[in-house]
Amino acid sequence: MYNFELVKPKTIDEAVAALADEEAQALSGGQTLLPTMKQRLAAPDRLVSLANIAELQGVSATGGVVTIGAAATHATVAEKAASAYPALAALAGHIGDPAVRNRGTIGGSVANNDPSACYPAAVLGSGATIVTNAREIAADDFFEGMFSTALDEGEIITAVKFPVPEAANYRKFIQPASRFALVGVFVARFADGVRVAVTGASNDGVFRWSEAEKALSGDFSAAALEGLSVASDDMISDIHGTAEYRAHLVKVLTARAVKAAG
Amino acid sequence: MTKINMTVNGRAVSAEAEDRTLLVEFLRSGLNLTGTHVGCDTSQCGACLVHVNGEAVKSCTMLAAEAEGAEVTTIEGMANADGSLSTIQAAFQEHHGLQCGFCTPGMVMSAAALLKDNPKPSEAEVRDYLEGNICRCTGYHNIVKAIMAASGQLDAIAAE
Ligand SMILES: Cc1cc2nc3c(=O)[nH]c(=O)nc-3n(C[C@H](O)[C@H](O)[C@H](O)COP(=O)(O)OP(=O)(O)OC[C@H]3O[C@@H](n4cnc5c(N)ncnc54)[C@H](O)[C@@H]3O)c2cc1C
Ligand code: FES
Ligand code: FES
Repeated sequence: MYNFELVKPKTIDEAVAALADEEAQALSGGQTLLPTMKQRLAAPDRLVSLANIAELQGVSATGGVVTIGAAATHATVAEKAASAYPALAALAGHIGDPAVRNRGTIGGSVANNDPSACYPAAVLGSGATIVTNAREIAADDFFEGMFSTALDEGEIITAVKFPVPEAANYRKFIQPASRFALVGVFVARFADGVRVAVTGASNDGVFRWSEAEKALSGDFSAAALEGLSVASDDMISDIHGTAEYRAHLVKVLTARAVKAAG
Repeated sequence: MTKINMTVNGRAVSAEAEDRTLLVEFLRSGLNLTGTHVGCDTSQCGACLVHVNGEAVKSCTMLAAEAEGAEVTTIEGMANADGSLSTIQAAFQEHHGLQCGFCTPGMVMSAAALLKDNPKPSEAEVRDYLEGNICRCTGYHNIVKAIMAASGQLDAIAAE
């Protein structure tokens, strides 16, 4: 890892100022960024730690919305969101392993937009809102393909606001070596319709399976999915699973998520 | 170089380190606490697992400067005050929970973190908790057995 200067701001404003430099990068839990820097795939001159900013911490629930501070760890979400949004808490509680969950954060996961990460599925599947230091971005406008988001240079996520669905569930088919999702499906039923978000499968990163959403909005049961199929054209194909296999898993896991959501 | 201060195994320590110094390097090279191992250096294996403010953390994936002011516990801090093995350590020895011993510091630290939050885990919970600790020797069985024994539940596993 090349050397860098570490700064530890106490407020969002100080962090944004420290990130104005082109060679600066935000450091949250470091569970993705530090391994990336060890491989020299990233070599920022300055790391701006977000860990000491009180405004970025915490989980709160009011009026059917759960708000999670960007620097809340996966372990914190698993514990603190358990009563307000159990499906989200369960997803957070199955990311990686306990030590990864004690450091890794929602802000880092969402900003990174790994095509096999779990949180993007919950964010898109819930129709959440990403709050940054500058604006609010709807989940549908946020994820722009593998490792790419609507965030501008130096812009930081401060919180994610989740509307709580009537029922929801996340099913992850684990890739046992990495513990990421080989495929993961998040299903959420709201009063005005169902959302289905898929991670791990597409070369374009997380996406909504709109045919399933339509079918499930009329009939929220696994049977409603029977006639549907997922095209494998844009699916990831690698040593762990072919494109066809992933496409198949999307449907299987959607059905399982619907059953589990009840 | 910056001076970094923390409490390690109950003792206030301070040493110079670069901003890029990982916590594991600080412990091993800075403080000569070589019980914490580096197995993969890619955040996968858990050989480097220590407790930071009571929580299990992979010390190869945290900067030393991020642990400024923290309470850190390593394998060197696990024995009883009189130097005898702690319950978990003794159970690993008794139940043959190690072969080469490379993963063992991380396994013991992981087990200690689990039993602190969940003093009577089921076997499935133990296996799930050890998801981030890789052992290339034992096949895990005796590690799980040792942890069940350390939690006073050897019967639960012997009966299976
Ligand atoms: C062994 C292992 C297993 C894992 N398993 C899973 C898994 O099963 N599922 C899963 O989803 N993930 C998994 N992960 C990834 C993990 O969840 C990471 O914690 C997460 O992807 C990144 O979060 P972080 O807080 O560590 O971010 P960092 O590593 O600190 O940062 C990641 C990126 O986001 C940027 N960033 C961080 N915070 C912000 C912010 N607030 N605003 C803007 N940009 C920001 C950084 O600059 C960097 O580019 C695993 C990781 C490991 C090491
Ligand atoms: S050395 Fe840290 S996880 Fe392997
Ligand atoms: S005892 Fe050798 S790696 Fe676990």
